[in-house]
Amino acid sequence: MIHNQTMIEQRPAPSSSVGAVAWLRTNLFNGPINTIFTLIGLYILYLLVVPTVQWAFINADWVGTTRDDCSREGACWVFINARLSQFIYGLYPSSEIWRANIVFAMFFSLIGWLAIPRLPFKRWVAIFALIVFPVISFVLLYGGYFDLPKVPTHRWGGLMLTLLLATVGMVGALPIGIVLALGRRSNMPIVKSFCVVFIEFWRGVPLITVLFMASVMLPLFLPSDMSVDRLVRALIGLTLFQSAYMAEVIRGGLQAIPKGQEEAAAALGMTYWKRMGLIILPQALKMMIPGIVNTFISLFKDTTLVMIIGLFDLLGIVQAALADSRWLGFSLEGYVFAAFMFWVFCFSMSRYSQYLERKLHTGHKR
Amino acid sequence: MNTTRWLGLGITLLAPALWVPATAMADTLENVQARDSVRCGVNAAQPGFSSLDDNDQYRGLDTDVCRAIAAAALGDASKVNFVPLDSVERFAALQSGEVDVLSRTTTWTSSRDTTLGMNFTGVSYYDGQAFMVASDLGVQSAKELDGAAVCTQSGTTSELNLSDYFRINNMTYDAVVFDSPEQSIAGFEAGRCDVLSSDASQLYAQRIQLADPNMAVVLPEIISKEPLGPAVRQGDDQWFNIVKWSLFAMLNAEELGVSQANVDEQLSSDNPDVMRLLGQDGDFGEAMGLQTDWAYQIVKQVGNYADIYDRNVGTGSDFKIARGLNALWKDGGIQYAPPIR
Repeated sequence: MIHNQTMIEQRPAPSSSVGAVAWLRTNLFNGPINTIFTLIGLYILYLLVVPTVQWAFINADWVGTTRDDCSREGACWVFINARLSQFIYGLYPSSEIWRANIVFAMFFSLIGWLAIPRLPFKRWVAIFALIVFPVISFVLLYGGYFDLPKVPTHRWGGLMLTLLLATVGMVGALPIGIVLALGRRSNMPIVKSFCVVFIEFWRGVPLITVLFMASVMLPLFLPSDMSVDRLVRALIGLTLFQSAYMAEVIRGGLQAIPKGQEEAAAALGMTYWKRMGLIILPQALKMMIPGIVNTFISLFKDTTLVMIIGLFDLLGIVQAALADSRWLGFSLEGYVFAAFMFWVFCFSMSRYSQYLERKLHTGHKR
Repeated sequence: MNTTRWLGLGITLLAPALWVPATAMADTLENVQARDSVRCGVNAAQPGFSSLDDNDQYRGLDTDVCRAIAAAALGDASKVNFVPLDSVERFAALQSGEVDVLSRTTTWTSSRDTTLGMNFTGVSYYDGQAFMVASDLGVQSAKELDGAAVCTQSGTTSELNLSDYFRINNMTYDAVVFDSPEQSIAGFEAGRCDVLSSDASQLYAQRIQLADPNMAVVLPEIISKEPLGPAVRQGDDQWFNIVKWSLFAMLNAEELGVSQANVDEQLSSDNPDVMRLLGQDGDFGEAMGLQTDWAYQIVKQVGNYADIYDRNVGTGSDFKIARGLNALWKDGGIQYAPPIR
């Protein structure tokens, strides 16, 4: 049979089956029950979002210097504004804040440089970040050299202290963790038992206990003319504690590498350190990214515990500010600010780790 | 035999090392002067007693006591290293020598004084549990609170004091228990209870968090004794005396009418008590290892007791707490300092 008529022109799909309308129909309104649930969901969302937006933005007070500038109908961001420098630098003397700013700027640009793949000289930047940068930061923050006035560590605080604790904890815990994980898998009895005892001891005590011991009990054992700085004690405690967790995460990664890999490397005549450094660890660490970042994020949040040993981290300084009689009653604003800052850092870490996983993906994913 | 010998040798070598801390810690004044700062344990956040202001300075009654000690011991009230301490950590910090003096809203009780290796040097603030009610309730006295719903904080001695007080007075009440001061004041404001009960100093701090502080009044009854004061380690009587007399000097100055504002004029006073206080006559500082003008420095740089009270919790502050028990003995209070002579 021959058709004489010309073919009907190709027409776009009906508007009910493409685009936003179709998506809504298939996903939110495909049946009476789903429609009801969608409507209930939208209503709950409306109940939550509208007052929040009104409180945080529409009725909020942004400019001013004292509590009288706040109408109290919405959030009083004046409080955060007036205290911002305290929240970021703690009690760091205001005339010396430029020093902290330089360290902040270097810190973020180094991280940016290392994180953005296009930029060159990664190896040199990494060496600089791990060896030169800590020295520069210490000289700048603590002072005492080049005519810089000394700023004792009990004046450090706020976001600066949180980042310091978290960074030192992470950078310290990763290598110690790797060594401990390798040690725990070692055949040498002394190394192995030392690592097992170390890991199980530090994993077996709560972080609060570690900090408390470091801050309160340690001075009882030391002669009184010999005092280790509070911050240093907290840093050591935090690093040792985290390295035990890190060791177990990394050991998990090492277990997942088939034994054949190491045997093949051994058959090629590689020494132990070459086998580990070139064959096993690169594969294991790549697989361990979610676990490692998990530990980092929990470490970042755990830094708030230093509050109990009298260090003002970000949360601690916010809480201290809430007790000022000029700002009593603004705890909601303070906690929202602290939560937001923590979220920004933790979320960035989590996103970067996902990016890293995709980048290093070489087909091992199942 | 061999083991015993090694053990003996070990102990002999270690013994001096163990002895050093005990002797070195005894001379606190020497340590303070060598360090050129007084390490003072304070509360991290207690409105009116110790809190951080917008300019990173500690403000409060407790912190001013620390400054007075620094003014006496070092001649400079700014030479204080404030160590914020948690309530569980405070005693250990004092014992281990982390701080030279603890001025952290600590109630003086017999068990703390006798078992924790510390000595209270006096009372800087007589606190006690009180009641706050909504003004429109028209209640004048706590005796009228029969059947009221009372907000308190859990895990504090307030709960116990409260039930004792109502039982003794044959009254009933409903307890509404909260975890933190913020929550209990929110509950009070929302009308969950008629009465809020806590230490008076805290009630005044909670009161100014209300949308309209005038809607609530603190009743005059005080139902518990909470004497707050600075404490030092046992075993250093010289330092104990310095801290004790720093506080007494502020009280004596108020009694003699010597204030921060007029202390320089008072230097030429011919009242023998004032002359002794300010070091114009006799040398009472030397007996404590201090300068002659130790009390002058306290009043000049920090103020007398009325100055620090008004500035931090009294009429000059947001709290406006009446002097009450904290008035001088001759004004109807119980603040009483032995004379300087």
